[in-house]
Order: sequence, then C-alpha cells, then structure tokens
Amino acid sequence: MITHAATATFERVALDCGTTLENVEIAYETYGELNAARSNAILTLHAFSGDAHAAGEGGWWEKMIGPGKAFDTDRYFVICSNVLGGCRGSTGPGSINPQTGCPWGMRFPAITIADMVRVQKMLIDSMGISRLLAVAGGSMGGMQALEWAVSYPDQVAAALPIAATARHSAQQIAFNEVGRQAIMADPDWNHGDYYSGRPPARGLAVARMIGHITYMSDESMRQKFGRRLRAPDQFEVESYLQYRGSRFVDRFDANSYIYITRAMDSFDLTERGPLSSLFDGIKTRFLVISFTSDWLYPSYQSQEIVRALRSRNCDVAYCNLESHYGHDAFLVEAEEQTELIRGFLESTHA
Amino acid sequence: MLEVYGRRDFAIIGELIAPGTRVLDLGCGEGELLAWLREHKQVDGRGVEITAARAQKAIARGVSVYQGDLESALDDYPGGAFDYVVLSQTLQETRDPLRVLRGMLRVGKRGIVAFPNFGHWRVRLAHLWSGRAPKTKLFPYEWYDSPNIHFLTVLDFEALAVKEKWLVERRIFLSGQRERRAFPNLTAEVAVFLISGRAQTAD
Repeated sequence: MITHAATATFERVALDCGTTLENVEIAYETYGELNAARSNAILTLHAFSGDAHAAGEGGWWEKMIGPGKAFDTDRYFVICSNVLGGCRGSTGPGSINPQTGCPWGMRFPAITIADMVRVQKMLIDSMGISRLLAVAGGSMGGMQALEWAVSYPDQVAAALPIAATARHSAQQIAFNEVGRQAIMADPDWNHGDYYSGRPPARGLAVARMIGHITYMSDESMRQKFGRRLRAPDQFEVESYLQYRGSRFVDRFDANSYIYITRAMDSFDLTERGPLSSLFDGIKTRFLVISFTSDWLYPSYQSQEIVRALRSRNCDVAYCNLESHYGHDAFLVEAEEQTELIRGFLESTHA
Repeated sequence: MLEVYGRRDFAIIGELIAPGTRVLDLGCGEGELLAWLREHKQVDGRGVEITAARAQKAIARGVSVYQGDLESALDDYPGGAFDYVVLSQTLQETRDPLRVLRGMLRVGKRGIVAFPNFGHWRVRLAHLWSGRAPKTKLFPYEWYDSPNIHFLTVLDFEALAVKEKWLVERRIFLSGQRERRAFPNLTAEVAVFLISGRAQTAD
C-alpha cells in the first residue's frame, strides 16, 4: 500500500465563530493512488480521539482501509486528516498562537464540525480533487460526513455516516460535560495554561474512562470483564479503565478534549432548518449504518437521518447491524461493515 | 418468458416495468429483483426489507435498501416519488393490507402486487377434505407458524379494486411456470396485478 504522510498549511481559515485563524496546519495521510481522472478519492473522517493515521499498523480504521479491504486501496485513493482543534499534528489549542508566541490554551477560538469540514475541503481542493467519491466516518466522523453532504453536496458522490447523529442529544452532551468537568477540576489544568508545567493527567484520564464506558455496552463489558478480579482488591474492569485512561494522557491534549467535545455538542443540523429540507435536491448517495447495542449514538438517531433523506426521495441505504459491542462496533465490526461498504462503493459512480 | 432467480413472479414484474423508471420494492428480500431491474432495465431502484440479514445482502449487492418495516416506511416517501411500487408475495403478511395498498398508490404512479391465491382449487380441496387450516405447496405452513395473516383470493382483490376505484391495467395469473387465463380464481397459484390510483389515467 502506497502511504504518504504530510502536513498542509493554510494561510487563513474563517471560522463559524467569526474569528479567522492564520497559518493553520492540518496533518494528513493518504493511502493508494489517485487515478488520472481524480475520481477515486475517498475522505475518511476520524472520531473524537482519532487522528490522521487511519490505515496501516495501528491505524484507527486499519481493519477497514487497505488492499482488498472495505476501502480498497488498490482501487481507491483514501485520505484522512487530523481535525482542526486536534492535537495530533493539526492546529489546536496546544499550538502556538502566532500573535503571542505562546500556546493558545483556552484562548483558542471555538470550533465547530463545520469548521473541521471547511478545512478538509481546503485540503481536498489543494490536492486538485474537485469531487470526492465518498466521505465516510463513524461517530464524530459520521457527523463530519453529514456536514460534508449538506455543505458540499456537489462535491460528494456518496456519504457514509456510521453510528452518527444529525444533532447531539442531551445525553451525549451530558457525558461530554462530565469529561470536561473532570479535566477542569484537575488543579494542574490551570485554566488551560499547563503547557510549560504538568498537564492535567488525572482529570484527562477520568474523562477518558467515562468515555470508554459509553463506548461499550452492558453486554460487551459483561463478556470482557464480568466480575473478574485483577488483584484481590481490584476488578478487571477497574484496571482496564485505569490503563486506558493513563495511556490516553500520553497521546491526547486536555484542551483539545474540551474544544472537540464542544464542537460535537454544538453540532445540530436542524438549526439550519428541518432536516429533510437540508437534503432537498441532494444527489449524494447515502449508506447509513447503526448498531443495535449502541446506546451512545442510538439507532433512532441514524433512523432520523434516513427518514429525512427518504422524505426527499434521496438515494439511501440503511442497516441496523446486530452487534453487542456498543458504540465501539463501528471500529470493531469489520466483516459486516466491509460487505455493506464494498457493495455500496462498487455501485457508486463519481 | 425469462425467469429471474427462479422466481416466475419476478419475471412477470420485470416485463411490466418500463425501462429507466423509478421503482420501490417493498419487502425486497436480498434485492434480487432490484439488481436485475437495474442491470436489464436501467431502473433507479429502492427497497424496503425488515430482516437485517437480507437488507445487508441487498446493500452488499449495491441496491439501496432501507432496513425497516414496510408499512411505516411507506409513510415517509413523498407522493408520486416512484413510477412503480412493487409488493411481491408480501401483501398477505402485512398487518394492514389496505393501508399498504393505498400507500403504494400514493408514493407510486402504479402498483404491482403479486400474491398467492387462496382461492386455488388445491387450497379449497385441502380445506374441504381435511377440515383443517389448508396446507398446500403454496401455503406450506402450520396455522401457528404461518407468516400469512391475511388470506385473499383473486376475486377478493378484484372486488377491492372496484371498491377503491383502482384501475387494473394488467392482470396475470400463474400456475407453476404457466400462465392461466381461464377460471383464474380456481387455477391461479399466484396473481400479479398492475394497478393505478383513481386519479391516474392509463397512458
């Protein structure tokens, strides 16, 4: 698989909040080759804690992107970039503010899902790709896929929002807020100015532990941990969550956690009008996938999207896949998704 | 006459549908008919299928299928969205068949309905002789495990069409691989009707 990793820089990016960011860097990777007609490009969109490293060893969608996989790199040119506001090579609150020479911290402007997508569009334009064969992602990646289809319908032949929603619900906002409060309650957070000292590792770890609980299901936790003990006074599940929390601290910035979760919470396509009206006249094909045991992004949220699409007679395929993995299913259930995605992409024409 | 995936009713439906049209297939199973129509008639097809495994197979085939209940699914489509709405061997399994048929003619200009004929002589004889709920090749189930909850005959459908003022544009009766013309209510195993709503004219 031909793999390429790089960083693109954009001089000015206008944000939804009214601010213009300067010298915005976006880390991205590509897999496979762009064909001569530039018609085989697929943009994959990572979830909350993901990054540009989607395929190859340790890639977040390693099971799905590669030669012969759902997103077949022998046929398609697959792109993935780290979101604006992230901390994995793209500009975010941990970056240096060119005006002050200091890290932005909480002075970084508020960002939205639409901002993330706007920068992705600039990246795609800079590659000379005028139309994507598909945009695809799970969870927050699915929200970006929806945003792409609504904002740039003529530039997207197909959209694959997986385990996603058109608007964050009170429950989704609530869990994110608990995560943010855990970070802010850590004295090391220091109102976001910790880059020269100790990061709020304990707060960030707790936030991540809460996240992991919401990504699993009662059933998957029972199967994975049950009531097994790790030590005489420690359950297996406690040990697992602590391990995941502490590992997360090494690769994620607490302020990015705050900014990105806020971007997700503010996402509500229906603010722009009834969902169905947003899909008026859209020629983009849709494959919407949800999972039976996903209680963080429940099936009804995907069905709401599908119903709106059908009310405008848009071309949409929908499947509620049987899985006990909860929200994690979009990363784990490779086999069934592969069957669906491969067939869907083969029948999609740029 | 050609056969589609061994399904004679599919072959008939394939012939009734004009090329390049928009078709909704209710209870589309694994999308065989829609895939065939796309390939041979350049049809823009959509399907509804309640069973996840079948909907998955259909999507894997490249057919745009919505996994869900066809009775409520019909409500979501705009009026006149399709040229044809197909309901093949599913009418007798729906909870509210009249609502489904009316919905079909709301979202589609024409409806194609194929159903097993409960008036077939074998069904009548099976019932008469055994005194039990009829079991035949066409209705192979026990009364307690049958998916069929509304039984109807050719005559029943004709009567409903008159009552609802539907225009029956074509009626085709099948027994095995053969088309039947005489005494369809006795001889047809499967009936296929092409209907349009009262507001429509046959063009």
